[in-house]
Order: sequence, then C-alpha cells, then structure tokens
Amino acid sequence: MSEAAVWAALADVPDPEIPSISVVDLGVIRGVQVDGERLTVEMLPTFVGCPAIELMRAQIGERLALLSDDVVVKLSFAEPWTSDRITPDGREKLRGAGFAPPAGIGLADELAMMPIATCPYCGSRNTTLENPFGPTLCRAIYHCADCRQPFEQFKRI
Amino acid sequence: MPLTEPMPAPTYDPETRAALAELLLSLADDEFVIGFWDSEWTGIAPMLEEDVAASSIAQDEIGHARALYELLADLTGDEADRIAFGRAAGDYRHAALLNHARGDWAFTVARRFVYEHADAVRLEALARSSHEPLAGLATKMRREESYHLMHFDLWLRRLAESSGEARSRLEAALARCLPEARSVFTPLAGEARLVEAGILPEPLDALRIRWIERVTPLLSELGLPTPEAQAPEPDGRTRRTDEFRWLHSEFTMVAGSEEGALW
Repeated sequence: MSEAAVWAALADVPDPEIPSISVVDLGVIRGVQVDGERLTVEMLPTFVGCPAIELMRAQIGERLALLSDDVVVKLSFAEPWTSDRITPDGREKLRGAGFAPPAGIGLADELAMMPIATCPYCGSRNTTLENPFGPTLCRAIYHCADCRQPFEQFKRI
Repeated sequence: MPLTEPMPAPTYDPETRAALAELLLSLADDEFVIGFWDSEWTGIAPMLEEDVAASSIAQDEIGHARALYELLADLTGDEADRIAFGRAAGDYRHAALLNHARGDWAFTVARRFVYEHADAVRLEALARSSHEPLAGLATKMRREESYHLMHFDLWLRRLAESSGEARSRLEAALARCLPEARSVFTPLAGEARLVEAGILPEPLDALRIRWIERVTPLLSELGLPTPEAQAPEPDGRTRRTDEFRWLHSEFTMVAGSEEGALW
C-alpha cells in the first residue's frame, strides 16, 4: 500500500464541524507512515480543547480500516496546528460554505486579530469584527456592512 | 481515550520527576478551576456576545487542563480523569487567586486580566522547556491564550473608562486580585531541580517580576492601582476556601455518583 493511497482515503474524511472541508484540506494531518500492514497517521488538533477531536480521530480510523486492519491515529503537539495549514483548496471550500478563510499568520508568538475579514457572500471588505469568539472554538463572528449579512471567519490562529 | 499517545517518558531521577509532577498539577489545576468558574457565565453574562465569549474561553481552559492532566498521567502512570475528578478539595494545587467564586462581572474581568498575563509569562517560558511534550503543548496553548489576553485587556479598558459604578467595581475587584495574583508564582517543591534540568527555564520568582512589568503599563495608563513586588506566601497553592469546596462538590458530582463513569 502506498502513502498516496492513504492520503487519498483521508481526503474522504470530513471535518465534523464544517463537513464541506476534509481533514486533509484542514491541514490537521501532519504525516502518514506505511509500514507493512501498519498505517500510522499523525494528527495535529486545531484547538487543544476542540470537542470534535475524538470524532475526527474515530472517523479517520474507520475510513482507514477499509485499507488495513492495523491503523493507529496519533495526536501530537510536536508542532502547533496553525490556520496557515489550511490548503488553498480548503480555503475555497470554506468560502463556498459561507466562511471567511483566515488570512495568513505565520508563527508569530503574539497574534494580532484581523479587525477586518472579506465577506464570503459579496467579497466586500467593509466588514466589522462582532465577536472574536463564536459558536465553536475555531470561529469568529463578523458583520458585512454592504450585504448586511453576519458571517463567520475560520479563526486566524 | 487519552488525547495524545503517551510519549516515551524521559528518564528523570525521582526528585525531578516529583517536581515535574507538581509543576504539571499546578498548571492543570489553574486552568481547570478558572475554566469551571468562567463556565458559570454561560447564559447570564452581561450581553449575548459575552455569553458566547466566556463559554468559548472556558472551553479552551478545560481543554488545556485536560491536555496537562494527560501529560501528568503519562509521567506518573495515572489516569487524567482520576486526577481531575478523583481528589479531595484539599489536594488541588491551583493558585489562591482562583479560590473565589466568579463574583460580579468586574471581579471576573479583574481576575482574568491578572491571571491571563501571569499565564502568558509562564507559557512563554514553558514553550522553551526541555520537557518536550510540555514545550509543544505550551507553544500551542500560547496561541489560543493570545485571544483571551486581547479580550480581557479590552474589557479592563472598557470598565476603567466608564464612569461611576463600573469603574468603582473594577477598582474594588483589582484591590482583591492584584495582591493575590502573586499566588500563581508560589515556589514549587523541587523548583531548583526543574530550573537546573531546563524543564522550567526560569525560576517562578523571575516570572513574577516579568508579570509585574507586563501589567503595570496598561494599569497605569488607565489610572488603576498597580501590583506591588511582594513575594508569594508559602501557602499560595494549598490554602482553600469554602467557595472552592462548593465548586469542587459541583464538578465532582457526576464522578462521585458513579465511580468510573465516562462521559
């Protein structure tokens, strides 16, 4: 079995909270190892306290069980997941689902929140941050003054 | 299920291991207890946006506590749930600052402000820890905590720049929280060993000084009292209050009613 086959299978596993984007798009897969029958996937949690972590991990395990009987899904904090890990494809899918994708952030230690996000509905930058905390740990709430829609941004972190 | 696969634990001598366990327990208990107090604002915060924010922040803190309890469990061969819920109230090691009920909104803001900056100074140091699992987790936590910092800096300013009741309540809350904030930096048993091993890159007392330097400019700018350079009291992580004993009875209720319950 090739690593590419494992990556292809992982691309079928949706994010439980935003199902239009896969765990690969989200950039939570740090690495894949194939050692005979043993498949090892290393996963970086988006947020330490994300309640979807276990579900995501279980769904990855179930999908890969179609490829092998010996699957290990490891969680790791060896490097921080950052919103820069979301792929270009993932960003487009987020926008399509009504979420503003996060702007680039780098590995700076002190994060500065973006006061403005681009409205995913009309593309306007005439928006305001309503709340840096949203319905899940990874979302912030904005309002677009042009199309008068509230919208969510996948948090820049 | 553990959050992370147990990593092969570095081999520490028993004294260093015990000191590291004490450090992890103090960090985890801080995040756990403040997370529980903050979760009480869900539904009753001063405004809807704050309901969402306080709940989200509380969820972050409980998540951090869980990850820290798991690092401790990996080190000692224990279970994270048992450490979190299976101890008597007197065995918790959170800072005395976190012994008190949530109080009014000004008290929550004042306590959060002093705690978030203390936590920021501590995480900045721990991100350089020689204990790699802790360094990795601290690096990740720091990015999340930066949102909490911005949030409570903003609230401090908002209440300080109000006239009348909001400002006077904030001043009363700071009068309680500023002297007690030093409890976050209470010296740990075996701390010298942790510093020597690079597990704690700097002594807690050096971090306390940095915390004072960090909170003073904003407090001064707003004309609020600033912290004094008093050393922490030795019982800063062991004295408990009736308020905490009540909280403990709340958060151990499920675990206490059904031994080994999973949820």
